[in-house]
Amino acid sequence: MLKYIMKRILMLLPVLIGVSFIVFFIVNLAPGDPARIIAGVETDEETVERIREDLGFNKTVVERYGIYMWKALQGDLGTSYYSNKTVIEAFMERIPNTLLLGFWSVVFGLIISMPVGIISAIKQYSIFDNLGMVLALTGISIPSFWLGILAILLFSLKLQLLPSGGNEFWYSVILPSITNGTQMMALMTRMTRSSMLEVIRQDYIMTARAKGLDEKTVVLKHALRNALIPVVTTAGNFLIMMIGSAVVTETIFSWPGVGRLIVESISKRDLNMVVGCVILITFIISIINLVIDLIYVLIDPKIRSSYGIMKG
Amino acid sequence: MNFKNAENRSQVYETWRRLKKSRTAVIGLILIFILVTVAIIAPLLYDYNNDIIKQNIKERMQKPSLAHPFGTDEFGRDILGRIIYGARISLIIGVTSCLLCGSIGIILGVVAAYYGGMIENVIMRFSDILMAIPSILLAIVIVAAFGVNLFNIIIAVGVATIPQYIRITRASVLTVINQEYIEAAHSIGAKTPRILFRHILTNCFAPIMVQATLRIATVIAEAASLSFLGLGVPAPTPEWGAMLAGGRAYMREYPHLVLFPGLAIAFTILSLNLIGDGLRDALDPKLKK
Amino acid sequence: MHRSNSEIILDMKNLVVDYETDDGIVHAVNGMNIKLNRKQSLGIVGETGAGKTTTALSILRLIPDPPGVIKNGEIFLEGEDILLYPEAKMRKLRGSYVSMIFQDPMTSLNPVLTVGEQISEVIRVHRKADSEDVIRKAKEMLEVVGIKSDRYNDFPYQFSGGMKQRIVIAMALACYPKLLIADEPTTALDVTIQAQILEVMKDLKEKFDTSLILITHDLGVVAEICDIVSVVYAGSIIEHGTLRDIFKSTKHPYTEGLFNSLPNINARAEFLKPIPGSMPDPTQVYTGCAFYERCKYAVDKCNAVKPPKIWLNDTHYVVCHKYDDIELTQKEVENNGM
Repeated sequence: MLKYIMKRILMLLPVLIGVSFIVFFIVNLAPGDPARIIAGVETDEETVERIREDLGFNKTVVERYGIYMWKALQGDLGTSYYSNKTVIEAFMERIPNTLLLGFWSVVFGLIISMPVGIISAIKQYSIFDNLGMVLALTGISIPSFWLGILAILLFSLKLQLLPSGGNEFWYSVILPSITNGTQMMALMTRMTRSSMLEVIRQDYIMTARAKGLDEKTVVLKHALRNALIPVVTTAGNFLIMMIGSAVVTETIFSWPGVGRLIVESISKRDLNMVVGCVILITFIISIINLVIDLIYVLIDPKIRSSYGIMKG
Repeated sequence: MNFKNAENRSQVYETWRRLKKSRTAVIGLILIFILVTVAIIAPLLYDYNNDIIKQNIKERMQKPSLAHPFGTDEFGRDILGRIIYGARISLIIGVTSCLLCGSIGIILGVVAAYYGGMIENVIMRFSDILMAIPSILLAIVIVAAFGVNLFNIIIAVGVATIPQYIRITRASVLTVINQEYIEAAHSIGAKTPRILFRHILTNCFAPIMVQATLRIATVIAEAASLSFLGLGVPAPTPEWGAMLAGGRAYMREYPHLVLFPGLAIAFTILSLNLIGDGLRDALDPKLKK
Repeated sequence: MHRSNSEIILDMKNLVVDYETDDGIVHAVNGMNIKLNRKQSLGIVGETGAGKTTTALSILRLIPDPPGVIKNGEIFLEGEDILLYPEAKMRKLRGSYVSMIFQDPMTSLNPVLTVGEQISEVIRVHRKADSEDVIRKAKEMLEVVGIKSDRYNDFPYQFSGGMKQRIVIAMALACYPKLLIADEPTTALDVTIQAQILEVMKDLKEKFDTSLILITHDLGVVAEICDIVSVVYAGSIIEHGTLRDIFKSTKHPYTEGLFNSLPNINARAEFLKPIPGSMPDPTQVYTGCAFYERCKYAVDKCNAVKPPKIWLNDTHYVVCHKYDDIELTQKEVENNGM
């Protein structure tokens, strides 16, 4: 098992380096003089030159990337151009909020998608199934920023039940996580359903029925675990999608997470912060993905054995 | 060769026949047809300079009426007209980025599958890297760095879809490549590029079409998110996401400001998803009766 | 479970099963009759699509519904019509009174559960026993079919096809069923493994006093293990008798065709003689004999009138117009039980 984890971490490194490379170059190859932008139009050329030197903009991009990565390996992703906070400090301050939002979005997504997906598959073509699939399709088609706005309009402005933004109260997280989790919920519902449909046609389900097991055991014990394998495999993609939509959700609900930090930094052209945050968030996603893969290994014995974690 | 052609034609025909049988796909096709038609004839319905971008403070924030079926916005512009012109922007972004990035992805996918080895490795790692970054973040970074204009937006929202095309194409090429008729084509001396594009791509057509339809939907949604965040096509160009963002401040009293642009986005994505679903079902051999 | 200690284990009368699909109604089983005594083993022989598996599944009442519907008939297990049972009562029979072995051992075991658990499960459902007893019993069953009990915690993919089929057999016999239905149990296996599996089944059938229904298209397998044979065509029996009846005095042209299509080392016929044509469209309803189009003895009557069931002796009957005349001389027509 340890070997497997090590192998996965080793596979992660080139991806992370690649991500940092791509993001760094996109930002640094952009037209326009970053020093001039930071300094403002009014500042004289001398000050701009000083800023340029301070921030290293007078060196070539490749040199700067080398220096950046060298420092990054030592845990230094630089400092914000505007505040005195280091990128890592600012990121660490915000990331718990993003993870909290992500966690509740997943919880919301799972609570709805699992039962709806399973029941829809078992009662294929029933009213429940049709209704569930229409809802899922709607969920996929509604962009999260519109859903968020509608939620605020209804629950905050009209009904005044829930706060429209911020994170002061424990229930502040409700609207953002529903907004953020809906699309994933809808996709998961459809996946669970189609995966279940596939599995219940398998011979071993007939075998289980022929043993005299009741339908509940057949579905929950024999079918579901097999059906979850493809769903868990793609969970990583859902996660990436959801962290992405968190950028928008956090902005709508003034949720102080990393997504909002990135959007704020972009409007200030605080490029160090943007590059740092994107790299760090990708890093965190990769770690969570690794954990998901380990869960996958736990439910699929075939994979488990190929990494020597079987007991007998 | 002729036999092969006939088979391809009949495959497309068969797909079309089953697509027509799928109620969801037909609804989706009709909706998209309406949307495209309206977007094309937009100049006949509204005058861009006078109705769409000119501010008319006297008529601001009117509720829906006969003169303005969807009401007017915070600058007194007709919302229906702006939504119709907005459809043009969204469709242009969706289709162009799909054509552009789709072609890049398909070519890379075919190359990866056909040549294998080092080339394949490099292409696949590149696609892994792109997939590791949340697509909206990638788009934000690109637009923020290179500036906000239509072309940059098309690239920004499209880049994240490239890996999807690479993977789908590579997977389908790999399943096709070892089949006997490809070997047969080799043995009668067909040249490599000819084999690639004539045989392999016609057989990978189906999964790529499904992918493209669904990707247009996500790209349109993403472009709308960008302009919602203030990184979209600059004002006063009518764009759905920007209209939503603009109307947000007044939505308590004037909910129609956020209702209709959002509906337009959802409507477009829904239609594309319906077509994509119908197409997938029509092409899925497992569902063949 | 208290049941009359009758000699007849299974009595299926005039079973009719349809699959109602979008493309029309498929008549899978058209008036099937099976009578099976204790310890007896019956071979049901026929081509793919003859309705053999559907017949078997209806005994367990596991026909996928929709689209499958039992239209008519009665299935008596030791004197009780199970088609009238509520589902819960039916469940108690499955796996304990009647067990079934499916065609492909590769797919009939659940890939994510240990084989031990899959055997234990059936014991746990049907027998009152604490978990230790259950596990001990399951390990015992593994040994019975020739697998070391220390492989209890292994997963299906760790076994070969033949081993998997042994596990399936262990699972099916774990509750000592009175009736075991084996649907092409050896078709998916290598020839050498086939013989082993048949041997295991034969032994255990004796050991556990189980009646057996063996579904196959392979007459060799039937000769190996069965006492009586039903030959099935287009959803109903066209010839039935003891092993000797069918093999030594083959009557129906279809059965004859089945034998002729077998490679025969002794006769060394120049070529195998396959039966021309293929199974008829199952959505069709016949006024006459379903085999008409492929039969070399066919006369006009065969297409127009359904052939009667003609008893040739106490155990042997054939459903064919070719023997209409014999009926006059060797008259022993059974009027009931059609």
